[in-house]
Amino acid sequence: MSVPAKTKTGFLDSLEKSPATDIFLKGLWRKNPTFVQVIGMCPVLAVSNTAENALAMGLATAFVLLMSNTLVSILRFVIPKQVRISCYILIIATFVTMADYAIQAMSVELHKALGAFISLIVVNCLILGRAEAFASKNTVETSVLDALGMGAGFTFALFCLGAVRELLGNGSLFGIAVFPASFQEWVVMMLPAGGFFTLALWLFIFNAVKRAKQNKERGKALP
Amino acid sequence: MLNKTLNISTSPHAVQGVSTADIMRNVVWALLPAAFFGVYAFGLSALFLLITTTVSAVLTEHFLCRFSNKESTVSDWSAVITGLLLGMTLPPNFPLWMAFLGGVISITLGKFIFGGLGCNVFNPALVGRAFLQAAFPVAITTWYPAFLPDRFSTYSVATFTLPFMEPALDGFTGATPLAAFKFSHQATAIPELALGLISGSTGETCAVLIILGGLYLIARNMMNWRIPASILLTVFAFCGLLNLINSELYPTPLFMLFSGGLMLGAVFMATDLVASPVTPLGNWVYGAIIGLLVVVIRIWGGLPEGVMYAVLLGNAISPHIDNLIKPRVYGTGKR
Repeated sequence: MSVPAKTKTGFLDSLEKSPATDIFLKGLWRKNPTFVQVIGMCPVLAVSNTAENALAMGLATAFVLLMSNTLVSILRFVIPKQVRISCYILIIATFVTMADYAIQAMSVELHKALGAFISLIVVNCLILGRAEAFASKNTVETSVLDALGMGAGFTFALFCLGAVRELLGNGSLFGIAVFPASFQEWVVMMLPAGGFFTLALWLFIFNAVKRAKQNKERGKALP
Repeated sequence: MLNKTLNISTSPHAVQGVSTADIMRNVVWALLPAAFFGVYAFGLSALFLLITTTVSAVLTEHFLCRFSNKESTVSDWSAVITGLLLGMTLPPNFPLWMAFLGGVISITLGKFIFGGLGCNVFNPALVGRAFLQAAFPVAITTWYPAFLPDRFSTYSVATFTLPFMEPALDGFTGATPLAAFKFSHQATAIPELALGLISGSTGETCAVLIILGGLYLIARNMMNWRIPASILLTVFAFCGLLNLINSELYPTPLFMLFSGGLMLGAVFMATDLVASPVTPLGNWVYGAIIGLLVVVIRIWGGLPEGVMYAVLLGNAISPHIDNLIKPRVYGTGKR
């Protein structure tokens, strides 16, 4: 009759234990839409050429995701199963139109830089995927948490790409020059190919961190 | 004891006694004359450039092997070839930090990502060069004149540019024969081209030495002669046809053959053992496609030189060539 040894838990561990933060952190890290699920790649590669564009795109997507997840979750008993996809698209399109006009009102330049990719949020599979896989089956509170987590994870990932691409491709961050004036720009980083290179680099880092963590846990489990 | 007498292995069982390292080492020997000529023609800058790319490729290979817990494959000489070839395709006054980056990219993105030697889809050196071309389009098209009088005592101001900084411009630049033809329609005399008395990339200028290196490898049965033969014949025929149609607009076939990186590309790049087709007929088709692409890109493309992209595109379709041209398995199918 031995008493189980008290295991030391860190702050992050205790956070992950609570269900609410677990749902949030799942989107931000463990099931990060870009780095782990690798979905919604179109905006990730297309508009991540500067940190500003990336952040704006991430926030717009997060906003649409939050609103659509909430509404889909509220209406989950009302929407008939047979026409659910078109209903979701209608809901999403409404909020995308709102985001589109809002960005246009705030900054015409930014609206021009993001171009058609704002309207294309409608068909971002991340948003439709969360509506179908999560919001239509869960309560409003958890759906909001899920949207917040996924949105934050998507924004974080886009920012990671945009920061690296702007730093190397333009020598600046958010338009502020980081390197001296004689900095040599890596033109390729501003081109679509640079998006692929940077995404591959971040995926590599993510997987390396994940594998190192797994190996550590496996080492702990074995005597 | 049993292990020593009974050797169990998969086919092929008949081995030639020539290892990968032997072939690779001979390719390096075959490359060295052209490389030394580059150093002789362009001086110290070219020497530093070749050393940098080779060291960077070998170091990257060693580091990546260690990182992935594999046995180090530096001793098979393939990284040396990649580094040397990369250096030979760059302008002699290319900044060393960019050249070092090119070596790292060549080995990581060109070779290691696919699983190392024997698995690369593209010629690694050309992957590195394509990256550099896309990243630094100005530096890679800034040419340095050959046979400067003080080339062994001074070097280009661009060579030792601080990392991440823009290279300074030399007071003088030399246009390559291809650029001179494309942009100001001046043809260079063939003997000058063949002997390498011209401006260009570090190791591509002396066509004669490259051909001699290729002949040495062919004589030792270490290179597929069909690929360079097919490329050069196609370029000659296609360009000759165009020249017959309009000799004012299109260059002579000999000019096409001896200018730019065509010789280096045809003899040492396209013949990459891994990234080229297996069957003899496949080799002819592969060479013909590369030859056509070279002429098309050079004449109708935006850049004066197109050998790099032509070879990379050829590499990309070589698995499909292999797929389409399969030798009939004995005893199957109809005659």
